[in-house]
Amino acid sequence: MVCELCKQSQATVHLTEIVNEQMSELHLCEACANQKGAQVESHFGLADLLSGLSDFGKTPEVEEVSSKACPNCGMTYEQFRKVGRLGCSECYPAFKRSLGTLLKRIHGSPVHVGKSPARAAGTKAAKGAPSLPELKRKLEKAIKDEAFEEAAALRDVIRRAEHEEHQKPKK
Amino acid sequence: MADELDALLKHPGEWLRGVGPVADIVMSSRIRLARNLEKIPFATRATDESQAKVLTLVKEALGRVPSLERALFLELGGLTEVDRQFLVERHLVSREHVVNPEHKAVVIGEGEAISIMVNEEDHLRIQVLQSGLSLPEAWAMMDTLDDELSQALPYAFSPEWGYLTCCPTNVGTGMRGSVMLHLPALVITKQINKVLHAITKLGLTARGFYGEGTEATGNFFQISNQVALGRSEDELVENLQRIMKQVIENEQSARQTLLSSGRVQLEDRLWRAYGLLKHARTMSSVETLDLLSAVRLGVDLGLMANGAAPAGGNGLDRTAVNELFLYSQPAHLQKLEGKALSVQERDAKRAELIRKRLGAKQ
Ligand SMILES: [Zn+2]
Ligand SMILES: [Zn+2]
Repeated sequence: MVCELCKQSQATVHLTEIVNEQMSELHLCEACANQKGAQVESHFGLADLLSGLSDFGKTPEVEEVSSKACPNCGMTYEQFRKVGRLGCSECYPAFKRSLGTLLKRIHGSPVHVGKSPARAAGTKAAKGAPSLPELKRKLEKAIKDEAFEEAAALRDVIRRAEHEEHQKPKK
Repeated sequence: MADELDALLKHPGEWLRGVGPVADIVMSSRIRLARNLEKIPFATRATDESQAKVLTLVKEALGRVPSLERALFLELGGLTEVDRQFLVERHLVSREHVVNPEHKAVVIGEGEAISIMVNEEDHLRIQVLQSGLSLPEAWAMMDTLDDELSQALPYAFSPEWGYLTCCPTNVGTGMRGSVMLHLPALVITKQINKVLHAITKLGLTARGFYGEGTEATGNFFQISNQVALGRSEDELVENLQRIMKQVIENEQSARQTLLSSGRVQLEDRLWRAYGLLKHARTMSSVETLDLLSAVRLGVDLGLMANGAAPAGGNGLDRTAVNELFLYSQPAHLQKLEGKALSVQERDAKRAELIRKRLGAKQ
């Protein structure tokens, strides 16, 4: 395979991103990959995603938030789309709607199922991963909204959470 | 400052010991977590004050984190360029982390298994690095460390989206797992592209010896995965560990093929590499990596251990070869010499160091 940038050397560095079961690849030779360095690593994929988002970004809700600024750091959604990086933790709730769509496209799933800081503190329900009743409420809502993909993901999460409940007491 | 780094210079990090599961093929296993502090601006919006605040908070928190007892806290701005490069060569910090060293720091745990980059793209990039194929073990160590840190620092976390990161591709677990593999037989038998292609199809990425954006020299490949949202950390670890086992099996069978179908040619190739290393008068980094890769294959296949001088004297065991990979790098050479060296001087010093360690008479 030949490097996609210089079209001369053998491509030995392969970068891949899978989005909604669609795979995009970038094949580079060592020299070109070196030159692009971290730039390729961090921006490949995301730039595509963001431009992909702008296609269907004509929907009113996305336009609605593009000028909206994060109350904590002042970053606007427009700025985020340019740099592909958020400004602070409070940008997440500030851009919740558009980010939700984006995160689902990047990760293929809308919910976090890993560990949480609260688990470490031993108060699972307090601040950490959503509790079972909370998850079930989300599931009901997803079914009502006919968001079936999300519902399926939530069902998996609930199944795992229930399984985990049985496997206690650890930590 | 430099005294603390000179202490590190005396020994390689724990992860280079060349022990652990399938250490003949797997150099090291690494887990990295991205963590941020609530409400403090990320790198994109950071100011001098906000970055200084992160440094202070982290420094203060260290005393309350049992896993980091006796850890070093080094501000990169106070180090020389060679010292910063030294940290990169030891895989304690990324290349990006030393580009603008002001307001950046690194925390280094005992034995160098743990390191934390402070004020990289995320406020914290926590790393656990271990020898051999030991992702579950690395994750166990990381999990404990992360729990301890989360009680000492106000992590940015959302129940729905998990750990909040500067780049939305990291949000969720904020985790990246990677494994450094030595795959010379797959390269010699020209199967490596097929294997790398299969790996990328599974959503993993492959890179060179020095990590992100570097060439795959010396037949070393760093393979990593990252699906941050919608999967638990355990699932990510198991998934990567499982795929790595398949790659390892491929390398093992390629090594057997080489042994059974062309043993003389293989031995010739490996001993020639050894001869060059033992007698050459100048040696570049890239050539060193390639030749050491061959010698390491010979050691791992048991083809070289008995042939040369008596054990212990010829430097032909895995740990010794691993140490050469480390000490032959530019910043390590310069620190060993105690002064800055030009490229030509380095190539000569490198050859000298290798000759000595391989037990050459002169
Ligand atoms: Zn190229
Ligand atoms: Zn913000």
